[in-house]
Amino acid sequence: MMDMRKPLARVRGLGAAGEGVGHWWAQRVTAVALVPLSLWFVISVVMLAGADYATMHAWVAQPWVSVLLILFIIATLHHAQLGMQVVIEDYVSTPLLRMASILLVKAVAVVLVVAAVLAVLQVALGG
Amino acid sequence: MTAHDRPLSPHLQIYRWHLLMTMSILHRASGVFLALGTVVLVAWLLALAAGPESYARMNAVIGSAPGLVFLFGWSAALFYHLCNGIRHLFWDAGQGYELPAAYASGYGVLVATVILTLAAWGGACLILGGV
Repeated sequence: MMDMRKPLARVRGLGAAGEGVGHWWAQRVTAVALVPLSLWFVISVVMLAGADYATMHAWVAQPWVSVLLILFIIATLHHAQLGMQVVIEDYVSTPLLRMASILLVKAVAVVLVVAAVLAVLQVALGG
Repeated sequence: MTAHDRPLSPHLQIYRWHLLMTMSILHRASGVFLALGTVVLVAWLLALAAGPESYARMNAVIGSAPGLVFLFGWSAALFYHLCNGIRHLFWDAGQGYELPAAYASGYGVLVATVILTLAAWGGACLILGGV
C-alpha cells in the first residue's frame, strides 16, 4: 500500500492529532504512579479514622507525607483531566462546546492542583 | 451535512447484555465520579490548612449521613477504578484478551472491589472503636 505521508512525518510519529501517543502514554504513566500512591493514601486515611485536627495536621506536616500527598494530588488531577478530556471528546460533538468544556476542565484541574499544593505546603511549613 | 443518510454502526441496544461492556462503562463512570471527588479532597486539605474551626466544619459535612454515603461511594469507585485500571494496563501490554481470561479478570476485579471496600470501612470502624 502506498504511504501518503512524508518521511519526516512518519519519523516524528505525531499522527493526525499532532501529538502522537503523548496523551495516551501520560494517562498510563500517571495510572501506574497512582497504584501505590492511592493505596498509600487510602490506608493512611483509614489508619487516621476519627483523628482530631492536631493529629491530622501533624500527620500532613511530616516531610515524607507532604511529598507523597503533593505527588498523589498532582498525579490524580493530571490523570483526571486527561480522562475527562477523552470523555468530553467522545460525547460532546459540537466543536466549540467541546473545546470550551475541555479547557474548563483543564482550568479547574490547574486551580485544584495549585490550591491543594499550597494547602499542603502551608501545613508542612507551619504558615 | 447529510450525516443521517449514511449507514450507521449498530448501537448499544442491538447487542445482548454482557458483563464486559458493563464493566467498561463503569470504569468510565467511576473515573468521572472520582474526578468530581477530587474537589472534596482539595477542599478538605484547604480546610486543614485554614485552621481548627474550618477543619471541624469540613469534618461535620463529611461525617454527616449524605457525606458518609458520598465517601463510601467514592471509596468503592476508587477501588473499582484502581483494580480495573490494573486490568486495563495488562490489556495495554497485550495480555488477557481471550474471552475466558477477560471474564476471569472481570470477576476478579469485582470481588477485589468488594473486599477492599469492606476492608477499608471495617478497618476504619475498628480504629474508631479503639482497637
